[in-house]
Amino acid sequence: MSWGAFCLTRGLAVLAFVATGAAMAAGGADLRLAPAPGSRLDVESLQRGARNFVNYCVNCHSAKYMRYERLTDLDLTRAQITDNLMLGTDKIGSVMQASISTADARAWFGAPPPDLSVEARIRGRDWLYNYFLSFYPDDKSATGWNNLVFPNVAMPHVLWQLSGPNKLVATEYANHEAAIAGAIAVKGLSKIEPGREGKWTVVAVKPDDNAPGTLSRVQYEQWVADLVNYLDYMAEPAKNKRLNLGMIVLLYLGLLFVFAYWMKLAYWKDVH
Amino acid sequence: MAKILNWIDARFPLTALWKSQVSEYYAPKNFNFWYYFGSLALLVLVIQIVTGIFLTMNYKPDAAKAFESVEYIMRDVEWGWLIRYLHSTGASMFFVVVYLHMFRGMMYGSYRKPRELLWILGCLIYLCLMAEAFFGYLLPWGQMSYWGAQVIVNLFATIPVIGESLALWIRGDYTISDITLNRFFAFHVIALPLVLLGLVVAHLMALHEVGSNNPDGIEVKYNKDPRTGHPLDSIPFHPYYTVKDTVGVVVFLTIFSIIVFFVPEMGGYFIEANNFIPANPLQTPEHIAPVWYFTPYYAMLRAVPSFLDSQFWGVLVMGASVMVFFAMPWLDRGKVKSIRYRGTLYKSWLAAFVISFLVLGYLGVVPVTVWGQFGEGFPFYDADKATVLARVLTIIYFLFFVLMPWYTARDRTKPVPERVTG
Repeated sequence: MSWGAFCLTRGLAVLAFVATGAAMAAGGADLRLAPAPGSRLDVESLQRGARNFVNYCVNCHSAKYMRYERLTDLDLTRAQITDNLMLGTDKIGSVMQASISTADARAWFGAPPPDLSVEARIRGRDWLYNYFLSFYPDDKSATGWNNLVFPNVAMPHVLWQLSGPNKLVATEYANHEAAIAGAIAVKGLSKIEPGREGKWTVVAVKPDDNAPGTLSRVQYEQWVADLVNYLDYMAEPAKNKRLNLGMIVLLYLGLLFVFAYWMKLAYWKDVH
Repeated sequence: MAKILNWIDARFPLTALWKSQVSEYYAPKNFNFWYYFGSLALLVLVIQIVTGIFLTMNYKPDAAKAFESVEYIMRDVEWGWLIRYLHSTGASMFFVVVYLHMFRGMMYGSYRKPRELLWILGCLIYLCLMAEAFFGYLLPWGQMSYWGAQVIVNLFATIPVIGESLALWIRGDYTISDITLNRFFAFHVIALPLVLLGLVVAHLMALHEVGSNNPDGIEVKYNKDPRTGHPLDSIPFHPYYTVKDTVGVVVFLTIFSIIVFFVPEMGGYFIEANNFIPANPLQTPEHIAPVWYFTPYYAMLRAVPSFLDSQFWGVLVMGASVMVFFAMPWLDRGKVKSIRYRGTLYKSWLAAFVISFLVLGYLGVVPVTVWGQFGEGFPFYDADKATVLARVLTIIYFLFFVLMPWYTARDRTKPVPERVTG
């Protein structure tokens, strides 16, 4: 049946992937993202992520399509939501609105911080996870911060007290193969850039041991993973329901196929 | 029950219609895999209409509210996410099914006499479907909706003399705006569906008038059973093909459900990540790619160089590449209809056409810089490799049609059997 078409679209996707890979190998900088850990079925992680989100993000960012009440999805009671996750003025049916005004935000950051309701669908989990791990101090930027994943981003590193300020580490390699090996050895986010005289540089963001944050590196990574997990949930709250229902629908269709095929065989017995 | 039926039949030809169109409509018995896609196209049409009705109940065709209302459907409307994914998946699957249906027609010569008008009606359905998909894609009011519409409406602006006024007339404004959104909504939910339904009915009427073709390309109605008067190699559509198509429907719905429930974005091909950013007239996205089903034509558009200071030639080529399908019944001069009895010439050209279409489809997705440029020493060393390939493939695409009268007539065909081969 339409398997041909299915293979075709997947085949095209693979082609596109191979082509982008080839384009990167041919010249430009190659950003190697670390995979975001965590699972959307981990309710405790999602609860911690929701807490992290309302404590650190909603000051500046809205999530204007996300109602507080919807957090009951995460096994939270309405009382828990009202008492722990909301500002005094909000109602449980209201959406997550940033505390600062758009005018202030524009004045302070140059652009209003984006709404985060569907950010995870735009960026993807891995991108977001690495983004939060790749802030580093930069004297040349207006905020004093820069980011390896999103260069010259307007957002300062609001989580620096948790993570510590970090530092940018660049290592030079003689050729591209050595640089790839070096990037793999980083065991996390890294960026391979072409350097001078055919050399290659691997850039990574590492914790600054002289200025640790209030969380250890492992704790901070978990903190970010929880937040990203929550952002992913918030971008499509019905996703878990969708996946569960999908299994039931497929089982039903599988059963229906048996009967439909059986009926076809029975009717077609006399056709030669 | 019989009494009610008699009462109706005395006033409306219900039983007569059922018999003539379904239970006593004789179809060749040798339909294969490729013959599922007609009924599947009808199924997808129904899915689109039903889910579309429910989406319309909650969608707001207002530039300030459209994006928001789609998220409202995804979050706050009961089962809204399911209805929306069924509709977005249905849009892409409609094209998958229609492309395969068209390819079937090309393989077995289903456009040949006496089915020219049936083929033309099908081509009109395809055109209508493209317009329907284009108008619908603006409605979520994301960045890709907005800029995709901008690019396509601007194609009309390249037409000499009247172009600018025409684009203005289509948009109803100097840019894509709330006014454009409102009229596209009207086209998408009522104007085009009406035309589409009318064309589908006409397509089916024409089919049932001339009878279905089959993988052997033999006219089954010339071999009638003297006892019954029915064609020998045919079977009634109902129950034989209703039960067979049911199997096809279940398999299709399984694939459809895998997409809807597990990969509704289909890796960015069915729903693009950039379309989760609300439309912003002041910020052009870095890479604007149309949805996958338009990409072969988009690749042709980009491949044609500007000439006499005009981009119109690309638009002309793109338009011609769709319209050329209409001419197929008169371009094909082969002695046989089906690929089974054609010679190597036709088979090679059809293969070249399919490869061109698929590779152009791929090239339309990626930026022209994807493979870089030719190096020194090549005849066109400063040209993008992808653009040069797209030009070659565009030429092959058109040669398939333009040379058809020649290669079909010269082809060394095989003898066609009297009766279908099963």
